[in-house]
Amino acid sequence: MKRHQNALLLLVVVLLAALPLWLVKAPIPADASQPSGIFTGTDDKARVLISQISPDYKPWFTPLLQPASSEIASLLFALQAALGAGFIGYYLGVSLSREKQQRIDQQKSVEQPDAD
Amino acid sequence: MHIMEGFLPFEHAIGWSLASAPFIGWGLLALGKRIRDKPEQRMLIGVAAAFAFVLSALKLPSLSGSSSHPTGTGLGALLFGPVAMAPIGTVVLLFQALLLAHGGLTTLGANVFSMAIVGPLVASMTFRTMRGLHCSFSISVFCAAALADLFTYLTTSVQLALAFPDSVSGFSGALLKFSSIFAITQIPLAISEGLLSVVIFNALARFNPQELRDMAVLPAKRSGA
Repeated sequence: MKRHQNALLLLVVVLLAALPLWLVKAPIPADASQPSGIFTGTDDKARVLISQISPDYKPWFTPLLQPASSEIASLLFALQAALGAGFIGYYLGVSLSREKQQRIDQQKSVEQPDAD
Repeated sequence: MHIMEGFLPFEHAIGWSLASAPFIGWGLLALGKRIRDKPEQRMLIGVAAAFAFVLSALKLPSLSGSSSHPTGTGLGALLFGPVAMAPIGTVVLLFQALLLAHGGLTTLGANVFSMAIVGPLVASMTFRTMRGLHCSFSISVFCAAALADLFTYLTTSVQLALAFPDSVSGFSGALLKFSSIFAITQIPLAISEGLLSVVIFNALARFNPQELRDMAVLPAKRSGA
């Protein structure tokens, strides 16, 4: 039952991520020279809004290290996700085998009540 | 939800750093004490950190037409209490600020405050309230994680509106503008985060029910296991 629940929940997550790709139409660019951006990051949108509210604001600090290209950036994001997912998978694997071992030990102690 | 490097005026950057620092210190003490008292929970602390690592790397498209990412801080807040997530979230944000130019060092204080302090606090409070009202475990986890995610982004909107009030409509006008970027995009993502948190809790409860009971996350079982 729980396993079905998890599969169902994961399916909803996938749908929530995939549906916008179909449902959302690319906006018509206000300025023809600018490419219309769809699914750009909210961080970038906020930066654009800041430049609209305070056109005079100049960022006073720049990142120490910029990823060399968007490919390198996605490499690092993938690395970040892989490290996390790898650890969670490792933990669940350890938990699963520990639970199995406990069950085997319990069975043994039932079969041989005299043994220590 | 990351405020970009240099995009907060100097005084705001200092202010939010000063506001976040005590929580990070308190969280470090709390985590240190927990590792001393219950060394077997080290792995689970790693899982909470790993979950935040994964989720904050997932940039997902949203129905608003822009992309954003979940935060993953709700899970750890429910397991270890809200302050424990302050240092853990800081590590995640530092990784992204230093290697990915995502967020930044000058805006770290503000980003820590929204993602690693407000979010986890909202998660804990929601979970306790709903469990107190006898809501089911899964529904409480879902609401706690989803609201934590949403409030993280609302906090970012408040921070930006404080720093950049609209010349006509002032703070409230700017808040409306910033939250229409952040919060609207975030609603479907917050739902995703809530669902993913329930999935992880199901897995943890399946393999480690005793550990969760010891931590008073799951209710104690009379028969014992």
